[in-house]
Amino acid sequence: MKQRWNLLMLLAVILLVAVPLRIIRRPQPGPDGRAAEIFTGTDDQAKDAISEVAPGYRPWAHSLIKPPSGEVESLLFALQAAIGAGFMGYYFGSRRPWKA
Amino acid sequence: MHIMEGYLPVVHALGWSVASAPFVALGFRSIKRQAEERPELKMVLGVSAAFTFVLSALKLPSVTGSCSHPTGAGLGAILFGPLVMAPIGAIVLLFQALLLAHGGLTTLGANVFSMAVVGPLVACGIFKLAQGLRAPGWLAILAAAFLGDLATYITTSFQLALAFPAVHGGLWASFLKFAGIFAFTQIPLALSEGFLTVIVFNLLARHNAHAFQGMGLIREVPE
Repeated sequence: MKQRWNLLMLLAVILLVAVPLRIIRRPQPGPDGRAAEIFTGTDDQAKDAISEVAPGYRPWAHSLIKPPSGEVESLLFALQAAIGAGFMGYYFGSRRPWKA
Repeated sequence: MHIMEGYLPVVHALGWSVASAPFVALGFRSIKRQAEERPELKMVLGVSAAFTFVLSALKLPSVTGSCSHPTGAGLGAILFGPLVMAPIGAIVLLFQALLLAHGGLTTLGANVFSMAVVGPLVACGIFKLAQGLRAPGWLAILAAAFLGDLATYITTSFQLALAFPAVHGGLWASFLKFAGIFAFTQIPLALSEGFLTVIVFNLLARHNAHAFQGMGLIREVPE
């Protein structure tokens, strides 16, 4: 019974992620003819908002290492998730709860 | 909730670092003490840390048309108390600041404070409150993880507003601007984090039923 609830909650998570991908439409290109961006990160939006609120502010430090491209960045994010998921998989796999 | 490298004035960067440091130190002590008291749960603590690793790496789309990520800090806070998440969150944020250019060393203190101090404190508080009100276990965990996640992003908005008050309207106007970016996007993501936290908690409870009951996390041992 509890297992079914877990599956239902997992389904809810998948829907929460998938529905925005379906319902958000890309707005028409702006006057400069460039396609509008959607699903950008809020961290970057906050950075832009800082430039609006405090136009004179210049960041006084810069990241030591920057991933050279979006691909390399997504590699590192995938690595981070894989380390975490790998550990969780090891733990639950090694417990083997359903031995008959 | 990652404030980018260099995007907090020096005084703020230092101030938030000083504010976070004692929590991280106390967190290491709490981890050491609990590992000695309950050595059988060391691996569960590892799973809590791994959960944060996974969730904070997932940038998810939201109904606002923006992407953001959950924090995963609620699970460990519910299981082991809020302090343990301070060093664990700090390690995750350090990894992202050094390798991913996501967040930064100068803003590490502020980011630790929002994700690894305030979020876990709120999650733990809500969990205890819901238990006190005799809410069902799943609801207590869902509410704790959901509100803990939101509290982290509200804190980030406050930190940015404090550093960059608007010329017209000051701190409050600026807070609304930053919260407008973070908060609405985060609501469905925090709900996702809540569901995932309940699922992982249920799975953990199945393997550690007696220990969890002893810690007051579940009322009865499921068959």
